[in-house]
Amino acid sequence: MTAKKKKSPKAPPSAFTEKTVPPITDNPERSDTKAHEQIPLESIEAPKNLPAHGIWVYIEQLQGEVAPVSWELMGVGRQLADKLNCPLSGVLLGHDIQPLTELAFQYGADTLYAIDDPMLKPYTNECHSIALVQLCQAHHPEILLIGATTTGRDLSGSVATALRTGLTADCTQLDVDVDNRKLLQTRPAFGGNILATILCRDRWPQMATVRPRVFSKPEKQPERSGAVVWSDLGLDPSKTVMEVVERILDERTEGYLDEADIIVAGGRGLGSKDNFKLVEKLAQAIGGMIGASRPAVESGWAPYSHQVGQTGLTVRPKLYIAAGISGAIQHLVGMQNSDVIVAINKDPDAPIFRVATYGIVGDAATLLPAITQELGARMHGAPLGTERQL
Amino acid sequence: MNIAVCLKQVPDTSEVRINPKTNTLMREGIPSIINPYDVHALEEALTIRDRLGGRVTVLTMGPPQATDSLRKAISYGADHAILLTDRAFAGSDTLATSYILAGALGRLMDREPLDLIFCGKQAIDGDTAQVGPGIASRLGWPLLTYVTKIDGIDPTNQVFQVQRKIEVGREVVRCRLPALVTVVKEINEIRYAPLPDLIRAAHYPVEVWTNADLGLDASQLGLKGSPTWVNKISTPPMREKGEVLAGSDVAPAETARILADKLIPHIVVPNR
Ligand SMILES: Cc1cc2nc3c(=O)[nH]c(=O)nc-3n(C[C@H](O)[C@H](O)[C@H](O)COP(=O)(O)OP(=O)(O)OC[C@H]3O[C@@H](n4cnc5c(N)ncnc54)[C@H](O)[C@@H]3O)c2cc1C
Repeated sequence: MTAKKKKSPKAPPSAFTEKTVPPITDNPERSDTKAHEQIPLESIEAPKNLPAHGIWVYIEQLQGEVAPVSWELMGVGRQLADKLNCPLSGVLLGHDIQPLTELAFQYGADTLYAIDDPMLKPYTNECHSIALVQLCQAHHPEILLIGATTTGRDLSGSVATALRTGLTADCTQLDVDVDNRKLLQTRPAFGGNILATILCRDRWPQMATVRPRVFSKPEKQPERSGAVVWSDLGLDPSKTVMEVVERILDERTEGYLDEADIIVAGGRGLGSKDNFKLVEKLAQAIGGMIGASRPAVESGWAPYSHQVGQTGLTVRPKLYIAAGISGAIQHLVGMQNSDVIVAINKDPDAPIFRVATYGIVGDAATLLPAITQELGARMHGAPLGTERQL
Repeated sequence: MNIAVCLKQVPDTSEVRINPKTNTLMREGIPSIINPYDVHALEEALTIRDRLGGRVTVLTMGPPQATDSLRKAISYGADHAILLTDRAFAGSDTLATSYILAGALGRLMDREPLDLIFCGKQAIDGDTAQVGPGIASRLGWPLLTYVTKIDGIDPTNQVFQVQRKIEVGREVVRCRLPALVTVVKEINEIRYAPLPDLIRAAHYPVEVWTNADLGLDASQLGLKGSPTWVNKISTPPMREKGEVLAGSDVAPAETARILADKLIPHIVVPNR
């Protein structure tokens, strides 16, 4: 896990930051001119529905680091491409991205479509959606998969509309109907109580975003390589309408929850912030990170970045320990793909036991310290699973 | 500053039933609310109007009952409300919905210029987060999603600055006006509606636009204009039945020992 992303006060130099930008304060005087120049996506023609071919995976990167979900998608994309007997391609947008290109092939791509342009250095919806739309119109992918990160959701909505095609958000299963060449896009609907399989008719690409950690990351194949197809963005920097002034990255000392191998999560059943510390102690003892249900976050026991579930993160650790969590469907959708689930709850009928590998009926406040002591002592000296073995 | 806010009326519960014939949502009998994120979008629009002047217009597409949400928005302090309703709109997916809303916003702009359009980051019944981006794309307006704060607005120079949430932190973005913004809940606290506004809301003449007013291409509306369709509904697969290790009658230390026996193989990586 990389810990290199510390607070970086300024965004990397971009096409914009060379201008000095004065701070904006409210200025109540209304201008009488509404004239503004911009690049309307509307001016990009919708595709003429030429025969579409191939599966594309959008490779999301930030400052040279690829979002893990992109490789997870490359894994499932490979399976779909083999079924449809078509090529699998990556799409990479950014500046100075050459070093990332070989990774795409090592994770399974046959081809990589790439645009390297200073205007793509910081992500902006404006330039990235134009770039992706242009590539789609030039090469007609049949299927386009994007990670359901904030950036992926920001981008996919714009691109799907510009291409006048369908988009299914937050898929948790993907398959293909080989005869009709349809992407079967399955997503939890209505609070996760049901799964809906959605199809896109007569429009291409068939677009879907997929939640991180739903699919596992494929093994890297160092010997694989392929061809990079470079394109030009061809936009006029003076006509862009938005600029990233600054990017403030979270202190990342312990990594992201959705990359953790071990998560110890607490819920409302812990009763107090003090008791929630028992969760933190166990996590510390076994090299895990803390997770939380929504009520635990709302009570201020844990930060939002640790919330697991429908409105938080989807996680897929090797071990998920849930203490004082009832197992509402909105929580389950975020953790039920964990390899091993331990539930500690005083109510033997709590729904969490339905997904638990191991269930313990009892008081979390007394059990957590006992488990911390036992596991801490038995694991003493042993190197902990810091790397996910897939 | 003239601002439009797109609201969605959503069922107040996630326990929604599906019509097995059409595979669409059955909304009947379920109490409705304004999508919670949209309430924050409205609040932000009202705050800006109170500071800089102008008008706030709320729009919603939905059945006639969606007027309730518009009245609620008027009670919060919105200046004007427009309901977009037509049988031809029913069953629209996000692509068709953004077409209808963008069409209505275009019509509104024939009447008065707009500087900002606000939406919630997503609706809690669909969770797609696609309609805001779709409207922006159709209007050719810049899009700023997941906005946590508006730092400042300069209408004279037609520029504003926001902070938005990204996966690994946040970023400060400066953008030209007009623009479309989607907001997260952290952006503000909702104020309560004062009594006079409640009275005004009850009597407010909500404007109603059908497709006869909008003149949109019928082939792009409703089910017909929606490329995505639900093919199958299923229930999530259950995990295999687990093992109950110990009940409340076993001493905590003993329970911990039994659990540790099970877990150690999963969490310790063998020495390499
Ligand atoms: C649209 C929507 C989105 C949502 N998104 C999320 C989300 O992302 N994540 C999320 O978690 N929730 C989410 N929720 C909320 C979800 O529905 C549940 O309300 C929530 O998960 C319950 O949290 P909990 O299990 O901590 O609390 P509760 O449901 O109150 O459960 C507490 C549990 O602790 C047990 N308990 C009590 N005392 C003890 C003790 N001493 N020892 C052991 N056990 C004890 C109780 O038996 C009970 O089972 C969402 C809800 C909606 C409507």
